[in-house]
Amino acid sequence: MTSSLCFNLTTLAYMVSMVVFFVYLATRNSGVGLAGSLLAYAGLGVQTVAIALRWKESYDIGYGHAPLSNLYESVVFFSWTIILIYLFIDLKYRHRVIGAFVVPFALLAMAWAQLGLNSSIEPLVPALQSNWLLYHVITCFLGYAAFAVACGVSCMYLLKARHEMSSSLDVTAGGLMGLFPPTRVLDDLNYRAIMIGFPLLTIGIITGAAWANYAWGTYWSWDPKETWSLIVWFIYAAFLHARFTKGWVGKRAAWLSIVGFCATLFCYLGVNLFLSGLHSYGAN
Amino acid sequence: MAPSRRNPIESLWDFFCSLKLTLFLLISLALTSIIGTVLPQGLVPPEYVARISPLKLQVYSRLGFFDMYHSWWFIALLYVFSLNLICCSIRRLPHVFRFISQPALVLDDSLAAGLSLKLQVAFSTPPDVARKRLADFLGEQFATSTLTEQGGSCHLFAQKNAWSRLGVYVVHASILVIFAGAIIGSLFGDKGFVNIVEGESVGTFMSRNGRETQLGFTLRCDQFTVSTYDSGAPKEFKSILTVLENGVAVPAYTHARVIVNDPLTYKGFTFYQSSYGQADEGGEHYLTLTPRSGTGSRRLTLHEGETVSLGDGTSLKLLETTQEVRQFIPELNGPAARIEVTSRGGTPRVFEVFRNHPEINAQRGDELIFGYEGSNARMYTGLQVTKDPGVWFVWLGCGLMVVGLFFAFFMSHKRVWIVVSKGGACMYGNASKNQAAFAQQFDDLAGKLKHLNI
Repeated sequence: MTSSLCFNLTTLAYMVSMVVFFVYLATRNSGVGLAGSLLAYAGLGVQTVAIALRWKESYDIGYGHAPLSNLYESVVFFSWTIILIYLFIDLKYRHRVIGAFVVPFALLAMAWAQLGLNSSIEPLVPALQSNWLLYHVITCFLGYAAFAVACGVSCMYLLKARHEMSSSLDVTAGGLMGLFPPTRVLDDLNYRAIMIGFPLLTIGIITGAAWANYAWGTYWSWDPKETWSLIVWFIYAAFLHARFTKGWVGKRAAWLSIVGFCATLFCYLGVNLFLSGLHSYGAN
Repeated sequence: MAPSRRNPIESLWDFFCSLKLTLFLLISLALTSIIGTVLPQGLVPPEYVARISPLKLQVYSRLGFFDMYHSWWFIALLYVFSLNLICCSIRRLPHVFRFISQPALVLDDSLAAGLSLKLQVAFSTPPDVARKRLADFLGEQFATSTLTEQGGSCHLFAQKNAWSRLGVYVVHASILVIFAGAIIGSLFGDKGFVNIVEGESVGTFMSRNGRETQLGFTLRCDQFTVSTYDSGAPKEFKSILTVLENGVAVPAYTHARVIVNDPLTYKGFTFYQSSYGQADEGGEHYLTLTPRSGTGSRRLTLHEGETVSLGDGTSLKLLETTQEVRQFIPELNGPAARIEVTSRGGTPRVFEVFRNHPEINAQRGDELIFGYEGSNARMYTGLQVTKDPGVWFVWLGCGLMVVGLFFAFFMSHKRVWIVVSKGGACMYGNASKNQAAFAQQFDDLAGKLKHLNI
């Protein structure tokens, strides 16, 4: 069994999971919803094995490094963390339908990695040969994934809120929207996901600074990636302050969360694809 | 925003304490920061200058956009941000301290009205017995309680994690500590660069401000090597360095290895592997010229860029050399040279010759087979030099921030009151955040209270 086979299986699992979740949205059969969740979990399991295998394969070739060294590996890891955070939220809050809005992010990431990116295992350039790579990438990506989940939940919030507005007279909470958790719950989940993501992003920025100081003697050099991570940090800090002290909840919080995730995505991908800097692993 | 009857000092104070200002600053910092990621920073490349209009260039430079993170207005934003942090904290901290040091031991009606978690129980035992049992109950199930008698009823109060209310202020303070570290670094620190040729030593380095700065000791480069993977990609850049005090090697810093991600620190200066190259001076290169018959081979010694005549009217020019060709041609390894050979009246031909691949050298059908034997040129190592006494403040600030965030997000100040009156008691609960989780805990507590035998 090779890692690439497992990654293909993972992509397939997420795709089927997404389709099943969509069927769940249409049929509202709780068994179908459970199947969607289980498929996502199975995908996560296979993906975990695949990442471990790829790690081992890099040792077999003689390079020996954690599978977090290029764009392909980071996108794969991103999708892994999204499902991991989803699993956490699913087990804790049991709102199955959230899967329909979170699994597509993971599928999109896997599909892009498998179809559009160079998946060969490459040796680690000297700049990346450090244990800080592991701490830095893992914390950053868990943070990004939490923001992805927050964004998915915010989209659900906006849909549900608009539905409630337009059908305020219709008391029978039927249809698709009946599946959605109440807006109050969605708003709370948005906040909770950000509450997980914000400290992780903070630790990610700090480990990045520590690494930069260790490798180059500068903990902060206003490199585009650094700056964008700080921009993301500012946005979510604004979110938290607006929420705690000005009572920004509901729609405004949902929109801010979506804006925050757009900035996160730009920080992660846009900087590599459109700007130049030290994190140019996406350049080829 | 302040009422007109207030004096200007108070209005200013209100302005710096306001949360609107905080949000404005966070959003402004986020938006303006984008400029520096889109426009080139530092030395503006000429291609960029050629691309934009002179007016734009002038406006951008006036606004400091080409070094925006050090421009007066960005620094000013950061100062206002710090001031805002300090003022907000000064205004709110006394209140929070009072909250912690003088908790509301007695639940008055107005406080009780604001609490949603509430449970009424009736009991038949005398109030003083019930009071004792309830105090024990709270001590076992939640936290040690304080008893206060007032207005005929008695109030039991217990709380947990009161200090977590300070978490957010720890985060605010940590930002100031980080800024302090950055300011100390920029005032007392130094950054620069030094190149050391193998076998030679330096006692100074070139500061970023263009000044030659004394190290106070001597640093020698014993050796510099590059190793590569089979694919030709670089694997390791390694300098072997020795620190000398008054010409004598310091034992613990003799033949110290410095690679990327593993610097050398001595007396406050840290040396980072950053670049390398071939030293210019004294670089002699050796080329061989072997006739196809195999006899009468010659050896030429020349410098890069030098042209020699081969006698029969043919001239040879050494264009460039490398000591490791793998980085350019992954399938090959070892030293290589690019030469230009011009026979009499002919056009110049440029080709590469190798030390480790004589078969490739021989593939050219010429009468003379050219080869390259390498060079006596030494390598130099390029080291980034840093002295930053502020960096420990930065790490202290980062540590405080993580601890503060943990307290601010994941700990909540939980309070429980039991008001005991004749024949009955009422339990109230409140948490500073995550009410939903606390409601669960309160329900558990309530369930146990109902079954308490009083």
